[in-house]
Amino acid sequence: MASRPELQAPPEIFYDDAEARKYTSSSRIIDIQARLSERALELLALPDDGVPRLLLDIGCGSGLSGETLSDNGHVWIGLDISPSMLNVALEREVDGDLLLGDMGQGLGFRSGVIDGAISISAVQWLCNADKSSHEPRLRLKAFFGSLYRCLARGARAVFQVYPESVAQRELILTSAMRAGFAGGVVVDYPHSTKSRKEYLVLTCGPPSIATVVPSGKGEDGESCSDDSSADEGDRTVSISDRHRPRKKQKVNKKGRGREWVLKKKEQMRRKGNVVPPDSKYTARKRKARF
Amino acid sequence: MRLLTHNMLSSNIKGVANGFPLRIVAEKVIEKPVEMNHDFLKNMFAKLDWKAFVDASRSLGYVELPDEADASMLESSEFLNKFHHALLELHLEEGALVCPETGRKFPVNKGIPNMLLHEDEV
Ligand SMILES: C[S@@+](CC[C@H](N)C(=O)[O-])C[C@H]1O[C@@H](n2cnc3c(N)ncnc32)[C@H](O)[C@@H]1O
Repeated sequence: MASRPELQAPPEIFYDDAEARKYTSSSRIIDIQARLSERALELLALPDDGVPRLLLDIGCGSGLSGETLSDNGHVWIGLDISPSMLNVALEREVDGDLLLGDMGQGLGFRSGVIDGAISISAVQWLCNADKSSHEPRLRLKAFFGSLYRCLARGARAVFQVYPESVAQRELILTSAMRAGFAGGVVVDYPHSTKSRKEYLVLTCGPPSIATVVPSGKGEDGESCSDDSSADEGDRTVSISDRHRPRKKQKVNKKGRGREWVLKKKEQMRRKGNVVPPDSKYTARKRKARF
Repeated sequence: MRLLTHNMLSSNIKGVANGFPLRIVAEKVIEKPVEMNHDFLKNMFAKLDWKAFVDASRSLGYVELPDEADASMLESSEFLNKFHHALLELHLEEGALVCPETGRKFPVNKGIPNMLLHEDEV
């Protein structure tokens, strides 16, 4: 399996002209993104009154996710950091307005004017520090804080994300909660490695009935090849993965060794954690007597 | 970029207290007809900053909008047509958006405003 795109290069470099074209001409990707977007829109739970809403598509890319919003009659504004992806969106003549911008710098919208936001396969990018000036924690804070401000009270934001680890999911979720959002994670097809999909469902404003996290699809181990025909009745209350017990880590007899510790420390630094500097004492065995 | 988006956007530069509305420098304006939806227009009317909207439409060369408007005008189809046209059919294709406080220019190319901030603006 190819390694995660987020680990290869910053998004505006990874999604260059060639990748943007490749991405948008793959019928498999088009299909997957459309399904993810349909589900995100469903989880937004907009009033069922046929009135078009003003929505944001964050990390809109070439407009595959936005197209689903248009197909459902909504008006959207898309933001993306990759000029190549936006160029493909222009070629495809998407209906939404496009902005070149970095969600990690915060969104520049007026307060309370947006009816809802989706983001499909994009927010996990914020957990990387691609420049020396990047602090994932601060970028997530800027993003969620500004998103909270521009959403109308009671409006929702739904993000389909591919977190790299439990720690990453936790980092995203806590940043959202700190910004004032209520909500949690909905997991569709939790029992399938391939079809498993995670959605962060966030509600803006004080907790209410509307902030109850909806349930995931296919939690009974329902077959996944037929995602789209999944029966609504089969859904059960979703688990929030946060409460799953973590796997106990196996430690071999000799312990982890200095190299492993240095690597872990470096990883934590990149995630924006405060980590003590490396020194000759790092990972040194403590003497039995003190 | 349509005026709908312009009316929602504000300058996000660190330290700027009031980044709205961004001043428009128009070099090229185009029109793309779209279908009118009354419900959407009503929904948006409530959120719009009308003065900023009128000023913006004038900077794109469209002078048909009244200086002031209230919700009762949404009953008039003549008003709705103009409102719809200015909000959703006019596009700033080339030009710039200018931060009202700092004068910083955000270029607009092929209809896409470049809102990326420099490192010292974050
Ligand atoms: C996998 S693509 C998904 C695109 C689109 N949502 C779709 O469903 O097809 C992820 C997108 O996120 C964008 N992205 C990554 N980091 C970003 C950031 N900091 N700000 C804005 N967009 C970002 C990338 O440029 C890329 O277009």
